[in-house]
Amino acid sequence: MTQLETTLKALKSSTVEMITMAKIQLQKSKEAFLNKDQDLADEIFISEKHLNNFELRIDRDCENIFALHNPVASDLRLVIAILKVISDIERIGDHAEGIASYIMEMDKKFEKDLFEQLRFTKMYDIALQMLEMLEDAFDREDLGLARKIFKLDKSLNEIKLAAPDVITAYLRNDSEATKQALFLFSTIRKLERVGDLCKNIAEQLIFYAEAKVVKHRSEK
Amino acid sequence: MSEKKIMLEARNVDVFYGEFQAIKNIDMKINEKSVTAFIGPSGCGKSTFLRVLNRMNDYVEGFALRGEIEIDGEKIYRKSVKVEELRKKVGMVFQKPNPFPKSIYENVAFGLKIQGITDKAFIEERVINSLKQVALWDEVKDQLKKSALALSGGQQQRLCIARTLAVEPSVILMDEPTSALDPISTSKIEELLQDLKKKYTIVIVTHNMQQAARVSDDTAFFYMGELIEFDKTDKIFTNPSMEKTESYITGRFG
Repeated sequence: MTQLETTLKALKSSTVEMITMAKIQLQKSKEAFLNKDQDLADEIFISEKHLNNFELRIDRDCENIFALHNPVASDLRLVIAILKVISDIERIGDHAEGIASYIMEMDKKFEKDLFEQLRFTKMYDIALQMLEMLEDAFDREDLGLARKIFKLDKSLNEIKLAAPDVITAYLRNDSEATKQALFLFSTIRKLERVGDLCKNIAEQLIFYAEAKVVKHRSEK
Repeated sequence: MSEKKIMLEARNVDVFYGEFQAIKNIDMKINEKSVTAFIGPSGCGKSTFLRVLNRMNDYVEGFALRGEIEIDGEKIYRKSVKVEELRKKVGMVFQKPNPFPKSIYENVAFGLKIQGITDKAFIEERVINSLKQVALWDEVKDQLKKSALALSGGQQQRLCIARTLAVEPSVILMDEPTSALDPISTSKIEELLQDLKKKYTIVIVTHNMQQAARVSDDTAFFYMGELIEFDKTDKIFTNPSMEKTESYITGRFG
């Protein structure tokens, strides 16, 4: 294995690790939101700093690879893809942190029934599933799996579109809950954005890996 | 490829050295006023192919060529073609600067003089222009009578390029022209290529892939005598079509 190959392998592992960190952040925000667990929400703020530092580290690694190895072809595509991907992962972390800040201000727990009507838990599960798929897709360069992420993104969009009607009906019965409802809807919007970011990440993986696949075909 | 005129075309070219086939069925079209880089591992045939473009291999033992090479509309391996005439049209710059042990002026004037040109004013004008084109004029204008061998390596190589330009060729072949030079001299030659390609068609063999990427418009990748891929340089270095090219340029070959 060349020195560049070893470096790129490590870079890819770090990227997968960063996706895992973002997934854990989102997972914590889910539990903290459902249970109004402010201690858990607090943990998210601390881990967010690690995630930001991790991004800076990978960013510096990419810069070094450009300067020291002059990557070309698929190596170049991988470094470009990772540079874009890490900024998307960091933003997923920001969304988890944003949700955590709502949790700190929430004064009561939501009723389970409302979550069900909104398909709120399902939305979280889909977003988490997307991140899990990204971990595997990146690790194995599995383009089939990366493409499945696009479908899940559509499900998230659809859930978000249906949310305003459900929340309006909820507010009609409990007009005191406006602030809570705003937190809820903002969280739904953030989860929908997480879906978009996961889709972007999957696109970058395809940008990097697809040329290789096409090439292999053309030489047969 | 662009709409530029084709300056150089190879059709079904095979080259043999005795039993050994060094070049296998190469087809290639090179645009005028462009820089084309030949890359590939040692022994891949890129230098052989460069040298057949001005018939440098004619006297190599066992050399035989099949197929056709046309430069500026002329089939260069026809019996009627005079090699000296061909070399006026197709100049060559080598890996190591090889100035003659003569003055700077005489080095550049040499090609014109052996063509029988005696008009001193004409020769002087060509010498000055050639030295200006390679950005050497300001450095040597006060020492034209000094021995060329006293120049630095980088200056000597630019002098050799000026010597090639003096006879106003259409095509300049360069065989690893910067491999013996330091980074500053290399960068001057690379800069020069960008100017020269406005007037000349340049073909350069290089082992330095970053150099191929920096200076050329098109890149040809050779492997074991075959032309594996020939495309725009940016395509070759960002998304080559063939796996062999990818493996070579990313350093994973073999």
